[in-house]
Amino acid sequence: MSLVYNVPFVSIFLSILIAVLCTLFKNGRNAQRLTFALWIGVAVGSAMLLSTLMFNGGTSFTYAAGHYPAPWGNELRAGPLEALFALVYSIVMLLSLSGGAEHTFEDVVEEKVSLYYTVMNLLFAGMLALIYTNDIFTSYVFIEISTIAACSIIMAKGEGESLLESMRYLIMYLIGSTMFLFGVVILYSITGHLLMEFLQKEIVALWMSGEYQLPLAASLALMLIGLCIKTAIFPFHSILPGAHGSATTASSAVLSGLLLESYVILIIKIFYRVFTPEIIASYHVYDIMFAFGIIAMLLGSYYALKEDDIKRMLAYSSAAQMGYIFVAIGIGTNAGAVAACLHIITHAFTKAMLFTTSGALIGVSGHSRDFYDLRGAAHRDRLAGIGFTIGAISMIGVPLLACFVSKLYIAIASLIYPP
Amino acid sequence: MNFQALLINYHEAAAVIVFCIGFMTLMLHPNLIKKVIGVNLSSSSMFLFFGSRGYIEGGEATILDPVTLEAPAVMVNLIPTGLILTGIVVSVSITAFFLAITLRIYNRYGSMDLDEILGLININKNKRFQQ
Repeated sequence: MSLVYNVPFVSIFLSILIAVLCTLFKNGRNAQRLTFALWIGVAVGSAMLLSTLMFNGGTSFTYAAGHYPAPWGNELRAGPLEALFALVYSIVMLLSLSGGAEHTFEDVVEEKVSLYYTVMNLLFAGMLALIYTNDIFTSYVFIEISTIAACSIIMAKGEGESLLESMRYLIMYLIGSTMFLFGVVILYSITGHLLMEFLQKEIVALWMSGEYQLPLAASLALMLIGLCIKTAIFPFHSILPGAHGSATTASSAVLSGLLLESYVILIIKIFYRVFTPEIIASYHVYDIMFAFGIIAMLLGSYYALKEDDIKRMLAYSSAAQMGYIFVAIGIGTNAGAVAACLHIITHAFTKAMLFTTSGALIGVSGHSRDFYDLRGAAHRDRLAGIGFTIGAISMIGVPLLACFVSKLYIAIASLIYPP
Repeated sequence: MNFQALLINYHEAAAVIVFCIGFMTLMLHPNLIKKVIGVNLSSSSMFLFFGSRGYIEGGEATILDPVTLEAPAVMVNLIPTGLILTGIVVSVSITAFFLAITLRIYNRYGSMDLDEILGLININKNKRFQQ
Protein backbone atom coordinates (compact mmCIF):
# COMPACT_ATOMS: atom_id res chain seq x y z
CA MET A 1 0.00 0.00 0.00
CA SER A 2 1.47 3.26 -1.10
CA LEU A 3 2.03 6.11 1.34
CA VAL A 4 -0.39 8.41 -0.45
CA TYR A 5 -3.32 6.25 0.67
CA ASN A 6 -2.83 7.60 4.19
CA VAL A 7 -3.84 11.10 3.06
CA PRO A 8 -7.52 10.91 4.15
CA PHE A 9 -6.74 9.84 7.69
CA VAL A 10 -3.70 12.07 8.08
CA SER A 11 -5.53 15.18 6.86
CA ILE A 12 -8.38 14.68 9.35
CA PHE A 13 -5.96 13.86 12.15
CA LEU A 14 -3.66 16.81 11.41
CA SER A 15 -6.50 19.32 11.31
CA ILE A 16 -7.69 18.20 14.75
CA LEU A 17 -4.11 18.25 16.06
CA ILE A 18 -3.47 21.74 14.70
CA ALA A 19 -6.81 22.86 16.15
CA VAL A 20 -5.41 21.92 19.56
CA LEU A 21 -2.05 23.54 18.83
CA CYS A 22 -3.70 26.81 17.76
CA THR A 23 -5.07 27.32 21.28
CA LEU A 24 -1.48 27.65 22.52
CA PHE A 25 -0.69 30.73 20.44
CA LYS A 26 -1.15 34.16 21.98
CA ASN A 27 -0.71 35.90 18.65
CA GLY A 28 -3.47 35.28 16.14
CA ARG A 29 -1.13 35.77 13.16
CA ASN A 30 0.91 32.70 14.12
CA ALA A 31 -2.21 30.58 14.42
CA GLN A 32 -3.24 31.88 11.01
CA ARG A 33 0.12 30.93 9.44
CA LEU A 34 0.03 27.43 10.91
CA THR A 35 -3.57 26.91 9.77
CA PHE A 36 -2.83 28.10 6.24
CA ALA A 37 0.21 25.82 6.07
CA LEU A 38 -2.02 22.90 7.07
CA TRP A 39 -4.60 23.71 4.39
CA ILE A 40 -1.92 24.05 1.71
CA GLY A 41 -0.58 20.68 2.84
CA VAL A 42 -4.03 19.09 2.72
CA ALA A 43 -4.61 20.55 -0.74
CA VAL A 44 -1.30 19.16 -2.03
CA GLY A 45 -1.93 15.77 -0.42
CA SER A 46 -5.45 15.54 -1.83
CA ALA A 47 -4.17 16.51 -5.28
CA MET A 48 -1.56 13.74 -5.05
CA LEU A 49 -4.20 11.27 -3.91
CA LEU A 50 -6.50 12.34 -6.74
CA SER A 51 -3.82 11.96 -9.40
CA THR A 52 -2.66 8.59 -8.01
CA LEU A 53 -6.22 7.26 -7.98
CA MET A 54 -6.86 8.52 -11.51
CA PHE A 55 -3.67 6.86 -12.81
CA ASN A 56 -4.72 3.61 -11.13
CA GLY A 57 -7.98 3.53 -13.03
CA GLY A 58 -10.14 5.68 -10.77
CA THR A 59 -11.18 3.03 -8.28
CA SER A 60 -11.78 3.86 -4.64
CA PHE A 61 -10.08 2.19 -1.69
CA THR A 62 -10.92 1.50 1.94
CA TYR A 63 -8.71 2.64 4.77
CA ALA A 64 -9.28 0.52 7.88
CA ALA A 65 -8.30 2.54 10.95
CA GLY A 66 -6.15 0.38 13.26
CA HIS A 67 -6.18 -2.53 10.75
CA TYR A 68 -9.21 -4.12 12.40
CA PRO A 69 -11.04 -6.44 9.97
CA ALA A 70 -14.12 -5.09 8.25
CA PRO A 71 -17.26 -5.55 10.37
CA TRP A 72 -15.62 -4.28 13.58
CA GLY A 73 -13.21 -1.50 12.71
CA ASN A 74 -13.82 2.07 11.70
CA GLU A 75 -13.26 2.82 8.05
CA LEU A 76 -12.58 5.68 5.72
CA ARG A 77 -13.31 5.29 2.05
CA ALA A 78 -11.74 7.49 -0.58
CA GLY A 79 -12.13 7.63 -4.30
CA PRO A 80 -11.42 10.28 -6.91
CA LEU A 81 -14.62 12.15 -6.02
CA GLU A 82 -13.78 12.35 -2.32
CA ALA A 83 -10.21 13.39 -3.10
CA LEU A 84 -11.53 16.10 -5.43
CA PHE A 85 -13.94 17.36 -2.75
CA ALA A 86 -11.14 17.46 -0.18
CA LEU A 87 -8.96 19.40 -2.64
CA VAL A 88 -11.75 21.90 -3.37
CA TYR A 89 -12.63 22.26 0.33
CA SER A 90 -9.06 22.98 1.40
CA ILE A 91 -8.55 25.52 -1.41
CA VAL A 92 -11.84 27.30 -0.69
CA MET A 93 -11.11 27.37 3.06
CA LEU A 94 -7.69 28.86 2.31
CA LEU A 95 -9.06 31.48 -0.09
CA SER A 96 -12.02 32.55 2.03
CA LEU A 97 -10.00 32.74 5.25
CA SER A 98 -7.24 34.76 3.59
CA GLY A 99 -9.83 36.96 1.88
CA GLY A 100 -11.62 37.62 5.14
CA ALA A 101 -8.48 37.79 7.31
CA GLU A 102 -8.61 41.56 7.72
CA HIS A 103 -12.20 41.42 8.94
CA THR A 104 -11.41 38.47 11.21
CA PHE A 105 -8.79 40.52 13.01
CA GLU A 106 -11.20 43.49 13.17
CA ASP A 107 -14.31 41.66 14.33
CA VAL A 108 -12.93 39.09 16.74
CA VAL A 109 -11.48 40.13 20.09
CA GLU A 110 -7.70 40.24 19.74
CA GLU A 111 -6.84 37.53 22.30
CA LYS A 112 -9.39 35.18 20.77
CA VAL A 113 -8.28 35.18 17.13
CA SER A 114 -6.21 32.03 17.68
CA LEU A 115 -9.32 30.36 19.12
CA TYR A 116 -11.20 31.39 15.98
CA TYR A 117 -8.64 29.47 13.94
CA THR A 118 -9.00 26.51 16.33
CA VAL A 119 -12.71 26.37 15.61
CA MET A 120 -12.11 26.77 11.87
CA ASN A 121 -9.74 23.79 11.97
CA LEU A 122 -12.31 21.71 13.85
CA LEU A 123 -14.96 22.65 11.28
CA PHE A 124 -12.57 21.66 8.48
CA ALA A 125 -11.88 18.32 10.22
CA GLY A 126 -15.62 17.75 10.56
CA MET A 127 -16.30 18.47 6.91
CA LEU A 128 -13.37 16.29 5.74
CA ALA A 129 -14.62 13.43 7.91
CA LEU A 130 -18.13 13.80 6.45
CA ILE A 131 -16.58 13.54 2.99
CA TYR A 132 -14.36 10.54 3.72
CA THR A 133 -16.16 8.43 6.32
CA ASN A 134 -17.52 5.00 5.57
CA ASP A 135 -19.19 4.56 8.97
CA ILE A 136 -22.57 6.09 9.66
CA PHE A 137 -22.06 6.62 13.39
CA THR A 138 -18.78 8.43 12.75
CA SER A 139 -20.65 10.72 10.42
CA TYR A 140 -23.07 11.52 13.29
CA VAL A 141 -20.18 12.40 15.61
CA PHE A 142 -18.59 14.68 13.02
CA ILE A 143 -21.97 16.26 12.23
CA GLU A 144 -22.13 17.31 15.89
CA ILE A 145 -18.55 18.58 15.83
CA SER A 146 -19.25 20.67 12.77
CA THR A 147 -22.50 21.94 14.37
CA ILE A 148 -20.69 23.27 17.44
CA ALA A 149 -17.90 24.70 15.29
CA ALA A 150 -20.37 26.38 12.92
CA CYS A 151 -22.27 28.02 15.78
CA SER A 152 -19.04 29.25 17.34
CA ILE A 153 -17.83 30.88 14.14
CA ILE A 154 -21.21 32.62 13.77
CA MET A 155 -20.97 34.11 17.26
CA ALA A 156 -17.26 34.95 16.84
CA LYS A 157 -18.20 38.60 16.31
CA GLY A 158 -19.61 38.70 19.85
CA GLU A 159 -22.37 41.18 18.96
CA GLY A 160 -25.94 40.82 20.11
CA GLU A 161 -27.41 40.01 16.75
CA SER A 162 -24.93 37.24 15.90
CA LEU A 163 -25.41 35.68 19.37
CA LEU A 164 -29.14 35.31 18.84
CA GLU A 165 -28.72 34.04 15.28
CA SER A 166 -26.17 31.52 16.53
CA MET A 167 -28.72 30.35 19.12
CA ARG A 168 -31.40 29.88 16.45
CA TYR A 169 -28.91 28.07 14.23
CA LEU A 170 -27.88 25.81 17.11
CA ILE A 171 -31.49 24.89 17.93
CA MET A 172 -32.31 24.00 14.31
CA TYR A 173 -29.08 22.06 13.89
CA LEU A 174 -29.63 20.16 17.14
CA ILE A 175 -33.07 19.09 15.95
CA GLY A 176 -31.47 17.93 12.71
CA SER A 177 -28.70 15.94 14.31
CA THR A 178 -31.02 14.35 16.88
CA MET A 179 -33.28 13.18 14.05
CA PHE A 180 -30.28 11.84 12.17
CA LEU A 181 -29.16 9.92 15.27
CA PHE A 182 -32.65 8.49 15.69
CA GLY A 183 -32.53 7.25 12.10
CA VAL A 184 -29.10 5.70 12.63
CA VAL A 185 -30.26 3.95 15.81
CA ILE A 186 -33.30 2.45 14.09
CA LEU A 187 -31.15 1.37 11.15
CA TYR A 188 -28.63 -0.25 13.51
CA SER A 189 -31.30 -2.11 15.42
CA ILE A 190 -32.80 -3.66 12.27
CA THR A 191 -29.53 -4.41 10.46
CA GLY A 192 -26.89 -4.77 13.19
CA HIS A 193 -24.24 -2.87 11.23
CA LEU A 194 -22.81 0.63 11.08
CA LEU A 195 -20.35 0.33 8.19
CA MET A 196 -21.90 1.42 4.93
CA GLU A 197 -21.13 -1.65 2.76
CA PHE A 198 -22.59 -4.09 5.30
CA LEU A 199 -25.58 -1.83 5.86
CA GLN A 200 -26.22 -1.86 2.12
CA LYS A 201 -26.10 -5.66 1.94
CA GLU A 202 -28.50 -6.02 4.88
CA ILE A 203 -30.85 -3.32 3.60
CA VAL A 204 -31.08 -4.91 0.15
CA ALA A 205 -31.80 -8.28 1.80
CA LEU A 206 -34.47 -6.70 4.05
CA TRP A 207 -36.05 -4.86 1.15
CA MET A 208 -36.24 -8.03 -0.95
CA SER A 209 -37.64 -10.09 1.93
CA GLY A 210 -40.38 -7.55 2.69
CA GLU A 211 -39.74 -7.58 6.45
CA TYR A 212 -39.29 -4.51 8.68
CA GLN A 213 -40.52 -2.18 5.93
CA LEU A 214 -41.86 0.42 8.35
CA PRO A 215 -38.64 0.82 10.42
CA LEU A 216 -36.61 0.98 7.21
CA ALA A 217 -38.78 3.75 5.77
CA ALA A 218 -38.84 5.56 9.13
CA SER A 219 -35.07 5.50 9.48
CA LEU A 220 -34.60 6.76 5.92
CA ALA A 221 -37.12 9.55 6.51
CA LEU A 222 -35.57 10.58 9.86
CA MET A 223 -32.02 10.65 8.47
CA LEU A 224 -33.08 12.60 5.39
CA ILE A 225 -35.17 15.16 7.28
CA GLY A 226 -32.32 15.62 9.74
CA LEU A 227 -29.85 16.27 6.96
CA CYS A 228 -32.30 18.46 5.01
CA ILE A 229 -32.69 20.74 8.07
CA LYS A 230 -28.93 21.12 7.98
CA THR A 231 -28.76 21.85 4.26
CA ALA A 232 -31.41 24.57 4.81
CA ILE A 233 -33.60 23.46 1.91
CA PHE A 234 -36.94 25.25 1.47
CA PRO A 235 -39.04 24.82 4.65
CA PHE A 236 -35.94 25.21 6.85
CA HIS A 237 -34.28 28.12 5.02
CA SER A 238 -35.20 30.69 7.67
CA ILE A 239 -31.97 30.22 9.66
CA LEU A 240 -29.70 31.05 6.73
CA PRO A 241 -30.03 34.81 6.16
CA GLY A 242 -29.70 35.82 9.80
CA ALA A 243 -26.75 33.57 10.55
CA HIS A 244 -24.83 34.17 7.33
CA GLY A 245 -25.69 37.84 7.32
CA SER A 246 -24.52 38.63 10.83
CA ALA A 247 -21.36 36.49 10.92
CA THR A 248 -17.94 37.83 10.02
CA THR A 249 -16.86 37.65 6.35
CA ALA A 250 -14.76 34.47 6.45
CA SER A 251 -17.37 32.65 8.54
CA SER A 252 -20.20 33.42 6.13
CA ALA A 253 -18.09 32.35 3.16
CA VAL A 254 -17.20 29.02 4.77
CA LEU A 255 -20.70 28.34 6.11
CA SER A 256 -22.48 29.19 2.90
CA GLY A 257 -19.97 27.77 0.45
CA LEU A 258 -18.81 24.62 2.20
CA LEU A 259 -20.74 23.54 5.28
CA LEU A 260 -24.17 23.29 3.63
CA GLU A 261 -22.69 21.24 0.79
CA SER A 262 -20.96 18.74 3.04
CA TYR A 263 -24.38 17.55 4.24
CA VAL A 264 -25.52 17.18 0.62
CA ILE A 265 -22.45 15.03 0.03
CA LEU A 266 -23.53 12.89 2.98
CA ILE A 267 -27.05 12.60 1.49
CA ILE A 268 -25.57 11.43 -1.83
CA LYS A 269 -23.41 8.92 0.06
CA ILE A 270 -26.45 7.60 1.93
CA PHE A 271 -28.31 7.17 -1.35
CA TYR A 272 -25.51 5.32 -3.12
CA ARG A 273 -23.63 3.50 -0.36
CA VAL A 274 -26.15 2.84 2.43
CA PHE A 275 -29.29 2.43 0.36
CA THR A 276 -29.34 1.82 -3.38
CA PRO A 277 -30.88 4.21 -5.93
CA GLU A 278 -33.62 1.62 -6.67
CA ILE A 279 -34.73 1.47 -3.02
CA ILE A 280 -34.63 5.27 -2.76
CA ALA A 281 -36.72 5.56 -5.94
CA SER A 282 -39.23 3.02 -4.60
CA TYR A 283 -39.90 5.31 -1.60
CA HIS A 284 -40.44 8.31 -3.97
CA VAL A 285 -37.68 10.21 -2.20
CA TYR A 286 -36.37 11.55 -5.52
CA ASP A 287 -39.77 13.02 -6.39
CA ILE A 288 -40.05 14.75 -3.00
CA MET A 289 -36.53 16.15 -3.30
CA PHE A 290 -37.25 17.37 -6.82
CA ALA A 291 -40.43 19.15 -5.71
CA PHE A 292 -38.81 20.81 -2.69
CA GLY A 293 -35.78 21.71 -4.80
CA ILE A 294 -37.94 23.58 -7.30
CA ILE A 295 -39.80 25.41 -4.51
CA ALA A 296 -36.48 26.34 -2.88
CA MET A 297 -35.10 27.58 -6.21
CA LEU A 298 -38.06 29.85 -6.86
CA LEU A 299 -38.68 31.07 -3.29
CA GLY A 300 -34.97 31.52 -2.51
CA SER A 301 -34.51 33.71 -5.57
CA TYR A 302 -37.71 35.63 -4.77
CA TYR A 303 -36.65 36.36 -1.18
CA ALA A 304 -33.18 37.31 -2.40
CA LEU A 305 -34.73 39.88 -4.75
CA LYS A 306 -36.67 41.44 -1.87
CA GLU A 307 -33.61 41.98 0.36
CA ASP A 308 -31.87 45.33 0.86
CA ASP A 309 -28.97 43.75 2.68
CA ILE A 310 -26.18 42.35 0.51
CA LYS A 311 -25.14 39.49 2.80
CA ARG A 312 -28.71 38.39 3.51
CA MET A 313 -29.33 38.44 -0.24
CA LEU A 314 -26.34 36.16 -0.82
CA ALA A 315 -27.57 33.85 1.94
CA TYR A 316 -30.97 33.53 0.27
CA SER A 317 -29.17 32.90 -2.99
CA SER A 318 -27.42 29.98 -1.22
CA ALA A 319 -30.84 28.57 -0.34
CA ALA A 320 -31.78 28.83 -4.03
CA GLN A 321 -28.56 27.11 -5.14
CA MET A 322 -29.28 24.30 -2.65
CA GLY A 323 -32.55 23.99 -4.55
CA TYR A 324 -30.59 23.48 -7.81
CA ILE A 325 -28.51 20.77 -6.18
CA PHE A 326 -31.63 19.04 -4.81
CA VAL A 327 -33.28 19.21 -8.25
CA ALA A 328 -30.19 17.62 -9.78
CA ILE A 329 -30.23 14.80 -7.21
CA GLY A 330 -34.00 14.51 -7.58
CA ILE A 331 -33.69 13.66 -11.27
CA GLY A 332 -32.75 10.28 -9.87
CA THR A 333 -30.15 9.23 -12.41
CA ASN A 334 -26.38 8.91 -12.13
CA ALA A 335 -26.06 11.87 -14.51
CA GLY A 336 -28.13 13.92 -12.07
CA ALA A 337 -25.88 13.02 -9.14
CA VAL A 338 -22.81 13.93 -11.19
CA ALA A 339 -24.36 17.29 -12.07
CA ALA A 340 -25.15 17.83 -8.37
CA CYS A 341 -21.51 17.12 -7.42
CA LEU A 342 -20.27 19.53 -10.09
CA HIS A 343 -22.67 22.21 -8.88
CA ILE A 344 -21.47 21.66 -5.31
CA ILE A 345 -17.91 22.41 -6.45
CA THR A 346 -18.73 25.45 -8.57
CA HIS A 347 -21.08 26.85 -5.94
CA ALA A 348 -18.42 26.42 -3.26
CA PHE A 349 -15.96 28.53 -5.23
CA THR A 350 -18.43 31.15 -6.44
CA LYS A 351 -20.30 31.71 -3.18
CA ALA A 352 -17.11 31.94 -1.14
CA MET A 353 -15.81 34.51 -3.64
CA LEU A 354 -19.06 36.50 -3.48
CA PHE A 355 -19.02 36.58 0.33
CA THR A 356 -15.36 37.61 0.62
CA THR A 357 -15.67 40.32 -2.05
CA SER A 358 -18.91 41.61 -0.53
CA GLY A 359 -17.09 41.71 2.83
CA ALA A 360 -14.45 43.92 1.24
CA LEU A 361 -17.13 46.14 -0.36
CA ILE A 362 -18.88 46.48 3.01
CA GLY A 363 -15.54 47.34 4.61
CA VAL A 364 -15.00 50.36 2.34
CA SER A 365 -18.59 51.57 2.77
CA GLY A 366 -18.58 52.30 6.49
CA HIS A 367 -19.58 48.77 7.54
CA SER A 368 -23.10 49.15 6.26
CA ARG A 369 -24.61 46.20 4.45
CA ASP A 370 -27.41 48.22 2.89
CA PHE A 371 -27.44 48.61 -0.89
CA TYR A 372 -28.07 52.34 -0.54
CA ASP A 373 -24.78 52.78 1.34
CA LEU A 374 -22.90 50.48 -1.00
CA ARG A 375 -23.22 52.83 -3.97
CA GLY A 376 -19.79 53.41 -5.51
CA ALA A 377 -18.16 50.73 -3.37
CA ALA A 378 -16.70 49.01 -6.45
CA HIS A 379 -14.98 52.28 -7.31
CA ARG A 380 -13.45 52.51 -3.82
CA ASP A 381 -12.18 48.92 -3.95
CA ARG A 382 -11.66 48.02 -7.60
CA LEU A 383 -10.47 44.46 -7.13
CA ALA A 384 -13.39 43.50 -4.91
CA GLY A 385 -15.78 45.14 -7.34
CA ILE A 386 -14.43 43.15 -10.28
CA GLY A 387 -14.49 39.95 -8.21
CA PHE A 388 -18.05 40.51 -7.08
CA THR A 389 -19.21 41.24 -10.62
CA ILE A 390 -17.60 38.10 -12.01
CA GLY A 391 -18.99 36.01 -9.14
CA ALA A 392 -22.49 37.39 -9.56
CA ILE A 393 -22.43 36.86 -13.34
CA SER A 394 -21.21 33.30 -12.77
CA MET A 395 -23.97 32.68 -10.23
CA ILE A 396 -26.56 33.82 -12.78
CA GLY A 397 -25.17 31.29 -15.25
CA VAL A 398 -23.64 33.38 -18.01
CA PRO A 399 -21.64 31.20 -20.44
CA LEU A 400 -17.86 30.74 -20.07
CA LEU A 401 -18.17 30.92 -16.25
CA ALA A 402 -18.23 28.12 -13.71
CA CYS A 403 -21.87 27.97 -12.63
CA PHE A 404 -23.02 27.98 -16.26
CA VAL A 405 -21.25 24.67 -16.84
CA SER A 406 -22.78 22.98 -13.81
CA LYS A 407 -26.25 24.30 -14.60
CA LEU A 408 -25.78 23.08 -18.19
CA TYR A 409 -24.96 19.65 -16.78
CA ILE A 410 -28.15 19.74 -14.69
CA ALA A 411 -30.12 20.61 -17.81
CA ILE A 412 -28.44 17.85 -19.83
CA ALA A 413 -29.07 15.33 -17.03
CA SER A 414 -32.76 16.21 -17.06
CA LEU A 415 -32.97 15.64 -20.83
CA ILE A 416 -31.45 12.14 -20.96
CA TYR A 417 -34.20 9.70 -21.90
CA PRO A 418 -34.60 6.85 -21.03
CA PRO A 419 -32.91 7.66 -17.69
CA MET B 1 -52.07 -0.73 16.00
CA ASN B 2 -50.46 -3.55 17.88
CA PHE B 3 -50.45 -2.29 21.47
CA GLN B 4 -49.04 -5.52 22.84
CA ALA B 5 -45.75 -4.78 21.05
CA LEU B 6 -45.60 -1.39 22.77
CA LEU B 7 -46.07 -3.05 26.17
CA ILE B 8 -43.34 -5.62 25.52
CA ASN B 9 -40.88 -3.00 24.27
CA TYR B 10 -41.75 -0.57 27.04
CA HIS B 11 -38.19 0.84 27.15
CA GLU B 12 -38.50 2.05 23.60
CA ALA B 13 -42.03 3.35 24.09
CA ALA B 14 -40.88 5.34 27.15
CA ALA B 15 -37.86 6.61 25.20
CA VAL B 16 -40.07 7.91 22.40
CA ILE B 17 -42.39 9.66 24.89
CA VAL B 18 -39.43 11.31 26.66
CA PHE B 19 -38.00 12.26 23.28
CA CYS B 20 -41.24 14.00 22.33
CA ILE B 21 -41.31 15.91 25.64
CA GLY B 22 -37.71 17.05 25.18
CA PHE B 23 -38.29 17.94 21.55
CA MET B 24 -41.37 20.05 22.27
CA THR B 25 -39.56 21.82 25.13
CA LEU B 26 -36.69 22.63 22.77
CA MET B 27 -39.03 23.92 20.08
CA LEU B 28 -41.71 25.75 22.03
CA HIS B 29 -40.44 26.88 25.43
CA PRO B 30 -39.24 30.49 25.41
CA ASN B 31 -36.88 30.11 28.38
CA LEU B 32 -33.36 29.33 27.22
CA ILE B 33 -32.41 27.19 30.25
CA LYS B 34 -35.51 25.06 29.68
CA LYS B 35 -34.43 24.68 26.07
CA VAL B 36 -31.12 23.28 27.32
CA ILE B 37 -33.07 20.83 29.50
CA GLY B 38 -35.10 19.88 26.43
CA VAL B 39 -31.93 19.13 24.46
CA ASN B 40 -30.68 16.98 27.32
CA LEU B 41 -33.97 15.10 27.59
CA SER B 42 -34.14 14.33 23.90
CA SER B 43 -30.56 13.10 23.70
CA SER B 44 -30.93 11.01 26.90
CA SER B 45 -34.07 9.40 25.53
CA MET B 46 -32.06 8.52 22.42
CA PHE B 47 -29.47 6.80 24.62
CA LEU B 48 -32.22 4.90 26.46
CA PHE B 49 -33.63 3.76 23.12
CA PHE B 50 -30.23 2.72 21.80
CA GLY B 51 -29.15 1.05 25.04
CA SER B 52 -32.32 -0.97 25.29
CA ARG B 53 -31.75 -2.23 21.72
CA GLY B 54 -28.53 -3.81 22.97
CA TYR B 55 -30.10 -5.47 26.02
CA ILE B 56 -30.93 -9.15 25.67
CA GLU B 57 -33.20 -10.78 28.24
CA GLY B 58 -31.12 -13.00 30.54
CA GLY B 59 -27.87 -11.93 28.92
CA GLU B 60 -24.65 -11.60 30.85
CA ALA B 61 -21.68 -9.31 30.48
CA THR B 62 -19.24 -10.34 27.76
CA ILE B 63 -16.51 -11.53 30.13
CA LEU B 64 -14.93 -14.97 29.96
CA ASP B 65 -15.15 -17.19 33.01
CA PRO B 66 -11.77 -16.69 34.81
CA VAL B 67 -11.29 -20.42 35.55
CA THR B 68 -12.78 -22.32 32.64
CA LEU B 69 -12.31 -19.52 30.03
CA GLU B 70 -15.79 -20.24 28.67
CA ALA B 71 -17.99 -17.53 27.27
CA PRO B 72 -21.44 -17.14 28.83
CA ALA B 73 -24.24 -18.80 26.86
CA VAL B 74 -26.30 -15.61 26.36
CA MET B 75 -24.49 -12.27 26.12
CA VAL B 76 -25.79 -8.71 25.86
CA ASN B 77 -24.80 -6.65 22.82
CA LEU B 78 -22.10 -4.23 23.96
CA ILE B 79 -21.73 -2.16 20.80
CA PRO B 80 -24.70 0.16 21.53
CA THR B 81 -23.29 0.83 25.00
CA GLY B 82 -19.96 1.76 23.51
CA LEU B 83 -21.62 4.07 21.01
CA ILE B 84 -23.71 5.67 23.77
CA LEU B 85 -20.49 6.63 25.54
CA THR B 86 -19.49 8.58 22.44
CA GLY B 87 -22.97 10.04 22.28
CA ILE B 88 -22.82 11.16 25.93
CA VAL B 89 -19.55 13.00 25.29
CA VAL B 90 -21.15 14.77 22.33
CA SER B 91 -24.24 15.58 24.39
CA VAL B 92 -22.18 17.02 27.26
CA SER B 93 -20.24 19.29 24.92
CA ILE B 94 -23.46 20.45 23.22
CA THR B 95 -24.94 21.26 26.65
CA ALA B 96 -21.83 23.18 27.69
CA PHE B 97 -21.86 25.17 24.47
CA PHE B 98 -25.57 25.91 24.74
CA LEU B 99 -25.15 27.11 28.33
CA ALA B 100 -22.22 29.31 27.26
CA ILE B 101 -24.35 31.01 24.60
CA THR B 102 -27.17 31.40 27.14
CA LEU B 103 -24.80 33.08 29.56
CA ARG B 104 -23.55 35.51 26.92
CA ILE B 105 -27.11 36.32 25.84
CA TYR B 106 -28.08 36.92 29.48
CA ASN B 107 -25.10 39.24 29.96
CA ARG B 108 -26.01 41.15 26.82
CA TYR B 109 -29.79 41.46 27.23
CA GLY B 110 -30.39 40.73 30.92
CA SER B 111 -33.07 38.16 30.20
CA MET B 112 -33.43 34.42 29.60
CA ASP B 113 -36.78 34.72 27.90
CA LEU B 114 -36.45 34.48 24.12
CA ASP B 115 -39.74 36.29 23.47
CA GLU B 116 -38.68 39.13 25.74
CA ILE B 117 -35.29 39.40 24.04
CA LEU B 118 -36.84 39.46 20.57
CA GLY B 119 -39.26 42.15 21.79
CA LEU B 120 -36.34 44.26 23.06
CA ILE B 121 -34.59 43.95 19.72
CA ASN B 122 -37.72 45.02 17.83
CA ILE B 123 -38.13 48.09 20.10
CA ASN B 124 -34.51 49.05 19.44
CA LYS B 125 -34.96 48.61 15.69
CA ASN B 126 -38.06 50.83 15.71
CA LYS B 127 -36.21 53.50 17.69
CA ARG B 128 -33.37 53.49 15.18
CA PHE B 129 -35.91 53.69 12.38
CA GLN B 130 -37.63 56.73 13.90
CA GLN B 131 -34.44 58.72 14.44
